[in-house]
Amino acid sequence: MKISELAEKMQLIPQSLPDPDREVEGFYAGDLLSWVMGRAQPDQAWFTIMSNVNVLAVATLVDLSAVILAEGVTLSEKDAESAREKGINVFTSDKSTYELCALAGELTR
Amino acid sequence: MAEAITFHFDVDGENFTSAGNASVQVKRKLRHLGFPADVIKRVAIAMYEGEINMVIHADGGSADVIVSPEEVKIVLADRGPGIPDVALAMKEGYSTASDSIRSLGFGAGMGLPNMKRYTDSMEIDTKLGVGTTITMTVKVA
Repeated sequence: MKISELAEKMQLIPQSLPDPDREVEGFYAGDLLSWVMGRAQPDQAWFTIMSNVNVLAVATLVDLSAVILAEGVTLSEKDAESAREKGINVFTSDKSTYELCALAGELTR
Repeated sequence: MAEAITFHFDVDGENFTSAGNASVQVKRKLRHLGFPADVIKRVAIAMYEGEINMVIHADGGSADVIVSPEEVKIVLADRGPGIPDVALAMKEGYSTASDSIRSLGFGAGMGLPNMKRYTDSMEIDTKLGVGTTITMTVKVA
């Protein structure tokens, strides 16, 4: 599924959307960056409550299709700008990580 | 690319937000050189973990990446406090990072284990009060 299509179905708010046609191949959830870097797979969308600039480095290094910030967390405008420059899709949602995972599971079943 | 190419980076210990710049640049350079995606990912992750470690524990350092058709060698050198117990530091989940570092999402105790997992060889040369040099190799074939 394309990230833009998924975002619409999950009512995610885009903060940076340089690559709306990017395909999403599964999901990963976690907040410990090294853990995520060791386990997440390329093209997955990543649910996290972390919003510092290092999240963008992890998304780039693993080649994730999107970062989805839970619990109403947002990137600073400076980091959002950096995400756009680096070609990283970033969304935000008021839902919890659990709710987002459950919803994503339902939509991709 | 018959001969080895070396890239040198200074890792700024003060600037947490720029940590990762060197690994992202190396990732880009390896991609331009046509290395396989798997090799690039392993190099970039191992190097990023090393960079973060140098920022957290050693007030920065240097990173040299030596690229040849057969392998990519990463040498990370710092003048930090050294690692008192390398075996303990290599254990998944063991970390001496502060709470403020943990609040940034680091300090999971996965840095060194990830570096080992993603490389074909890793050597740690550390002296208390002098510094640490980590040499990692990722084979291309």
